[in-house]
Order: sequence, then structure tokens, then C-alpha cells
Amino acid sequence: MAEQVIELEQVRKIYQTGSVEVTALGGVSLSIAPGEYVAIMGPSGSGKSTLMHILGCLDVPTSGQYLLAGEDVSTMDEVELAEVRNRRIGFVFQQFNLLPSLTAQRNVELPLSYAGVGRDERARRAQAALERVGLGERMDHRPTQLSGGQQQRVAVARALATDPALVLADEPTGNLDSRASADVLALFDELHAAGRTVVLITHEAEVAQRARRVINIRDGLVASDSLVGAGVGT
Amino acid sequence: MNWADTLRNGWDAIRTHKLRSILTSLGILIGIAAVVLTVGLGQGAQQQVSKQLSALGGNLLIVSPGSSTSSGVRGGFGTAETLTAADATALTSKAAAPDVSGVAPVSQSSSQSLENGSTNWTTTVVGTTDQWLSVRGRTLSSGRFITADDEKSAAAVVVLASDTASELFGPLNPVGQSVTINSVPYEVVGVLASAGSDSTTNLDDQAIVPLNTAEQRLIGGSNRTAVANIYIKATRDSRLSAAYQEATGILGFRHATTSGSSSDFTITTQQSVISTTSSVNSTLTDLLIGIAALSLIVGGIGVMNIMLVSVKERTREIGLRKALGGTPALIRRQFLSEASMLGLTGGLLGVGAGVGAAYALRSVISNPVAISIPWILIAIGVAVAIGIGFGVYPAARAARLSPIDALRSE
Repeated sequence: MAEQVIELEQVRKIYQTGSVEVTALGGVSLSIAPGEYVAIMGPSGSGKSTLMHILGCLDVPTSGQYLLAGEDVSTMDEVELAEVRNRRIGFVFQQFNLLPSLTAQRNVELPLSYAGVGRDERARRAQAALERVGLGERMDHRPTQLSGGQQQRVAVARALATDPALVLADEPTGNLDSRASADVLALFDELHAAGRTVVLITHEAEVAQRARRVINIRDGLVASDSLVGAGVGT
Repeated sequence: MNWADTLRNGWDAIRTHKLRSILTSLGILIGIAAVVLTVGLGQGAQQQVSKQLSALGGNLLIVSPGSSTSSGVRGGFGTAETLTAADATALTSKAAAPDVSGVAPVSQSSSQSLENGSTNWTTTVVGTTDQWLSVRGRTLSSGRFITADDEKSAAAVVVLASDTASELFGPLNPVGQSVTINSVPYEVVGVLASAGSDSTTNLDDQAIVPLNTAEQRLIGGSNRTAVANIYIKATRDSRLSAAYQEATGILGFRHATTSGSSSDFTITTQQSVISTTSSVNSTLTDLLIGIAALSLIVGGIGVMNIMLVSVKERTREIGLRKALGGTPALIRRQFLSEASMLGLTGGLLGVGAGVGAAYALRSVISNPVAISIPWILIAIGVAVAIGIGFGVYPAARAARLSPIDALRSE
């Protein structure tokens, strides 16, 4: 069996609020192979955000094991996690989370600068990533000079710049109108076609339909995990 | 992320909030300005003192006669009348004293009443030779000084110091006029430019006549050829001790003493005679130092305050940076670099304000204000250090934020 990008084994996450224990994840096991396009769905409170945080190495499970590209990240400390996030994961957020004072190019360069990539190489790779998302002409624009759809494409370029094992998108169309949404989703289709592993967290069924596999989370557990081979697009 | 990137990011963050950054660094600005000004005043005063010293003849030796003993009572330095004009002439020998560039014997001074018609003024009259002007480092404001010819002929000419001239002649130019000393009319041939005063003497209140004139007409007694002092000017400051040795040798030989033990003369330097007190107002300095210390502390707290606000405001940014791979150490470094930039901004503006105030003060108060580059660099260093010092806590707060909570915040 080829090495999986993601392998979760009985992952639990329990939050302690005062004297009350809240089980956000009650033992999730799943694996995602390279090149898969997976949508994780679930209503609010289902634990999908917690799952996303753990998948994104923003948080560690209370128990269980998480292998990301073969590396056990469930026991890593804060510094190691930061490095893993930097190397392995490209984030796309609902709020875009671009820094308003920086140009598109410097926003894309940000993870590269944390990776210690030199200035010239950084500029080259940022440019390539922005061209990849069709924004090669807008490198010197600041986020406020770009439309919502364009901002999210800059964010996708930022996620791609480090050439990560996993692109993790958290409600990437949540703040976009339908046209910009279609635009961004088409971009994810392209990434998938190009062999990227994409995990998309959403609560919108039509967004999830674009993926090849849909995982439903209910009450901190995997409720269903099905292939939807009929995916739209190229 | 290397240091250059970190500093660049810091600078970007400062620039994004220009007004806020400048207001934040205001406290540091005032503190640094006060430091620059305080140091400037202090050093200005020092420079003034050393300028005064060299104006009065920094490379000057003063020969005084030794003590006299009368009925077993030893009279202290200067009471003997052992130095003569011939000693002074001997010191001018280029062969024996190559490091001496000028010698000026000065007669015993006598207090005389100078009269110009109905106006009179009592002052000190001394006799000396033509070299006195250069040896004492003085200049003339008008006319000429005593010449060698005046000296030979014991001419009845007088050079007045500036205060003496104005007491006798008011605003008029006294050159060519005459004053009466001891019922003898003297022609005023020159007026000395003002030189201020040393701790004991007003250098601008005296009258100078040729040495021979003084000996023959003003000073009575059997020992009228004795001179009170001989001023010796060394060729350069650095040759002062050489000149000292030569003068000691020549005079020791002439006075048949071996150096040291029982010499009947002493040689002192100008520096040991003049103790010009620092004219800077020490209260002003204390006040400025107080303001500096206080406003640097207040400024530092201001930096801390704004940095805390900034950390709060940019919680999302911090979360994002952490998500993208920013380690706590890098986040801390970023905020420390921003704090140091605030300090640097305050420091640079403060130096600008301090230098500006120093120039402005120059035209208001008589004290000179010196601008010292090393102190300016130190001041900027202190400003940056304060920024960093007060930035530690906010930076630690930023570094501690959890990426999830930070991203979630709105």
C-alpha cells in the first residue's frame, strides 16, 4: 500500500470547560491517499472544525495517532508543529486571511520566508504560484485592491507556494458570491486534476459535490464516508 | 526567516501606522532629545573651558621668583626679586631653548590712577616687551602693541585693555589720545581685544607699558629691574614639557642652582593656574537629566502599551503567521523588532529634536552647546534598547497565542 497522506487512528479530542468534559471527536479513524479530493461535511457542532484543526496540525489530539505523510505529528511540540504546517500543509481559510499591508506577492511569499527560502527564490516561486492561479498580472496589488474571488485565489497561491503534501481548505467559498465560488472551486478541480491532495471542509452540499469523496461527521464520529465518482468538471 | 526579513516586516508594520508610531515614540523622543541636549550643554561648557585655556595660552609656562628670607622668616613664592629681564633674554636663545617660541618678562605691577582730562580710573599697570601679545595669546582691537623700539627708548606709550579703555574714553577710540599716569602723559597706541577673565583677574582691565618705561618711571626701589614673572610660550602644546626642562636648565644655570632643591624660582603651567569654573548651569543639567529619565520610562511604557494593543488587534495575523509556519520564537522576534523600530524612530526623531533645540539654545543662552556624534549614537542605542526592553512582554504574549484561538478571533 502506498504511503497515505493522512492516517488517523482512533483520534479523540476532549475539551475541558470548567468541570465539564466535552468530547469533540470521539475516535475518528480515516486515511486519505495522495491525489484524493475529499470534502469533510457536517453541521456546526459536529466536530468538523476540531477535525480540521487536527488535520491542519493546529492542534494535537487528546489520544490516538495522526500520521501526516508518514510523520507522527500527534506527539509533536509547538515548534515542531509549526515546521510541519509550514512544510506539509497549504491552508485556505474562509476569511482569506491575507495581510492587508502586503502585496499579493509578499503575501504568497510569507510561508516561504518562514521556511527560510532566500529572497530571489521566494519571489520566483511566488510569481509562479500567482501565475498558476491566474493572477500573474496582480502581483503588486494589495488585498484591498482585489475582489473577494481574487483574494481567495491569492490565498490558494500562498497555499501552493511551499508545494505542500496537503491543501487544506476551511469553508473556502463561505465568504464568496456564487460566481467567485465557482471560480475558486474550478481552481480546486484543477489542483486535483494536477494530482494535488485536497481536503475541503464545508457545510454546503453543492460544494461537497465537487469532491470525489465525501466524509460526513456527526457528533464527533465519522457518520458516512462515500465516493461520489460523479464529480463535476474536468 | 532571517533577520533582514524580520526587520523589514517590523519596519512595514511601523509604516502602516505612521501617526500611531510617531505618537508612541513621542516619550522616547523627548527623553532622547533631553539626553542630547544635556550632553551637548555639558560638553559645550567643557569645550569653552579648553578654548579659554588655549586662548589664554595653553602652552604657556610661568616663571615666578622664589621666596625671600628676611630675618629668618621665609616669604613664600614670588616674594623674592630674583628674576631679571636678562633671564628673559637668556631664555630666548634658540640654541639653548629650541622649544621656546616666545618669552615675555612682566614687571612688578603697580596700581596707578590713569587720567583722561577729568576722567580717571585706577588700574594695574605692568611693563612688558613686544612678545607679550603672542605669548599670552592676546589680540588687539585697534592700534598697535609695544615695539622693541618703545622698549629701547623707554617710550611713554601705553596699551589699554578693553574695559580700561572704555572706562576712560567711553565709546571713543582712544588710540592717539593720551592718558596721564603719575603726572606724565602717555600716548595710547593700542587697545587689547577682550579676553574675559580667569578666576582671579579681570584680563580686560589693565594698562601695559614698555618694560623699561615701567622700571624707570613707575616702579621705585632699589630692585626696580627685577621682573615679577616671565611668561614662556612653547612652540607647540606637545613641546611644553621640553620647554619646561630647557627653561629650568637655563635659569638653574644662571641662578647657580641645581634643578629642584634650592632654586629661587618656580615654573608653573597655565593650566595649573587657571581654574575656570564650568559656566554651565548645573541646575539646568539636573533638570534635563530628570526629564530625560522620566520621559524615557514613560516612553517605554507607551511603547509597551501600544505593542499590547497591537498584539490584541493583530490576533488574526498572529494566528495566520503561526498557521503558515511561524514558530513562537519567530513571532516573538517579529514583535521585538517592531518595538525596537518604535524605539529607533523615537531615538532618531529625538536626536533631531535635541540637535535642533541645541542650535536654538545657542542663540538664547550664552553657553555653547556641543553636538557629540558618539553620544548621539549612544542615545539612539538607548532608545532601541528601551523599545526592546518594553517590547519583551507584549512579544511574549504574541508568541504564546494559540493559532486556533488567534485565527478564530474577529
